[in-house]
Amino acid sequence: MSILQTPGSDGRFGEFGGRYVPETLVPACQELEVAFEDAWNDPLFRADLDQLLREYAGRPSMITECHNLSEQLGIRLFLKREDLNHTGSHKINNVLGQVLLAKRMGKKRIVAETGAGQHGVASATAAALLGLECKVYMGEVDIARQELNVFRMRLLGAEVEGVTSGSRTLKDAVNEAMRDWVASVETTHYCLGSVMGPHPYPFMVRQFHRVIGDEAFEQMNDATGTSPDFVVACVGGGSNAMGIFSGFIDTPARLIGVEPAGGAAVSRGQPGVVHGMKSFLMQDEYGQVAEAHSISAGLDYPGVGPEHSYLASIGRAEYPTVTDDEVIAGFQLMSRSEGIIPALECAHAMAWISREAKNMQGKTVLMNLSGRGDKDVGQMMSILKDLT
Amino acid sequence: MTGRLEATLRTRIDGGGKCLVPYITGGYPGWVDAVRACAANGADAIEIGIPFSDPVMDGPVIQQASQIALEGGATPVSIFQEIRTLDIGIPLAVMCYYNTVFHAGHERFANDLVAAGVSAAIVPDLPLEEAGDWCVAADAAGIETVMLAAPTAPDNRLPLVAERARGFVYSVGLLGVTGERKELALTATILAARVKKITNKPVLIGVGVSNAAQAVEASRVADGVIMGASVVNRMMDGGSEAVGLFVAEVRGALDRASW
Ligand SMILES: Cc1ncc(COP(=O)(O)O)c(C=O)c1O
Repeated sequence: MSILQTPGSDGRFGEFGGRYVPETLVPACQELEVAFEDAWNDPLFRADLDQLLREYAGRPSMITECHNLSEQLGIRLFLKREDLNHTGSHKINNVLGQVLLAKRMGKKRIVAETGAGQHGVASATAAALLGLECKVYMGEVDIARQELNVFRMRLLGAEVEGVTSGSRTLKDAVNEAMRDWVASVETTHYCLGSVMGPHPYPFMVRQFHRVIGDEAFEQMNDATGTSPDFVVACVGGGSNAMGIFSGFIDTPARLIGVEPAGGAAVSRGQPGVVHGMKSFLMQDEYGQVAEAHSISAGLDYPGVGPEHSYLASIGRAEYPTVTDDEVIAGFQLMSRSEGIIPALECAHAMAWISREAKNMQGKTVLMNLSGRGDKDVGQMMSILKDLT
Repeated sequence: MTGRLEATLRTRIDGGGKCLVPYITGGYPGWVDAVRACAANGADAIEIGIPFSDPVMDGPVIQQASQIALEGGATPVSIFQEIRTLDIGIPLAVMCYYNTVFHAGHERFANDLVAAGVSAAIVPDLPLEEAGDWCVAADAAGIETVMLAAPTAPDNRLPLVAERARGFVYSVGLLGVTGERKELALTATILAARVKKITNKPVLIGVGVSNAAQAVEASRVADGVIMGASVVNRMMDGGSEAVGLFVAEVRGALDRASW
């Protein structure tokens, strides 16, 4: 039996997950659960989605063997190139699925939260393509560090609203999107951007991202004749990681989800409930949710998707952390060694690989390059001053 | 067994009156005086909010009050300690988000409420399907768990919600979060009528009931109202005195109306 779980109607992965939402949203989550199952089992829906992924998003994304870094680090390193998807990250896989589903459900409008802006841009893009109204909530701290993406969303016809409550980052953007949804649920679909939130989101979003792992499994087999020794991805909510882990969960590969030291739900959190799910959560002694602090807006989140908490609890995946300084070094390392500027999020995976390479000598390592770094160049200019 | 909150509300209803339950954010500067002002001016029971970092059911007013309370160092423990000293003679319910309960542990939290003299709990992000374990602990401790009925609930769901509710059924007044509105939403009385039809428990409308006239309008169908943002707004602007005047005004309007 696969370790990859299909949760029952209680939405649980082991003890994690569930559906902790205001009563107003329960019927909407139930409706979504049924609609997703129906669509996922409908060959016509799957064909529509596959066509969009192929002809619009540019799938399959290729894998790239990094000869320079491999030589430098003493490992055999491959990248899964989600950075080459339309809109520049893995986020489009999930969004095309959800927006297609929202249309099928007769919704006229989507709302989304965003941290780095990649999910917001993907949502705005899919809404433009499929003719839905789109509103994106984004913390004011993130608006400041991801200006370019804010403009891109507006260019795509979405409304972007700054969130001023709490830490003014991703966590608070989720709160605000949920508040919008409570008021607009009859016409609106909440296009959640990661494998988090109430059931069926963690399961549904993972299914939409499985394509990453399924493709990579075949591609690695073709390239090396076997599966890799390590599969490494960054973890904010955990969608790109769950996507690529899905393809390798039943192989001997070690699965490594890299979290920022300032947003380390698994290693520094305890089980808790926020944003509709029970999962590991950074919190204080009274259960107040802690504010995360990460250089990368997309990982600046105190929680994590419930399936990751489950995989951590059974020891199937590991969740180490890297510091902001290690990330900055990883960002530069990949740029200079391979001519690929990574998003700051997946620079976390690079940072872990370069730190741990000494313990992986001769091993094959597959890293999910979840997005490209263009959006981060402005922020990095103010950090790498000697280059300007 | 009927708990203290339900018994108190029933006494009001059986006497031909309507129930008034104001909400106060615990831990906000001056909140204890505001609670006393509610009690002194005709509240039947009082809902005390335990501030949470991520209050998804709350609009800007209660969010702001919660944030100020948290910044001032309020914790569930400090609020319980102050509640214990209140001794105001009417039942108290706490409104708290589920992580506050989960983190403390169900039994411990229920026992803490009992020790503080609280009768009931309202946990707005704990819907029926997830409420089981908490309800076992709450029932055992004698804490009444108020359940929320939402305008989106299909007919087959409402009886399940009402069945599980203790104290009263909280009939959510609109699609949306807490906050003052110019008009009472149409959905408020439509839902309350649907709930009244399937339960004998007290049915109170809360969320979006913003002034005396709206309280009267809501109570044409419901057994009374919960008033949150309108009360908290007055606490933030004018302290306990403003709260007292407002509660007295609503009480007066409810008492003068003929039902
Ligand atoms: C490129 C990229 N990678 C990763 C993430 C983190 O999300 P997740 O953990 O769901 O993959 C983001 C989020 O904004 C992102 O933009």
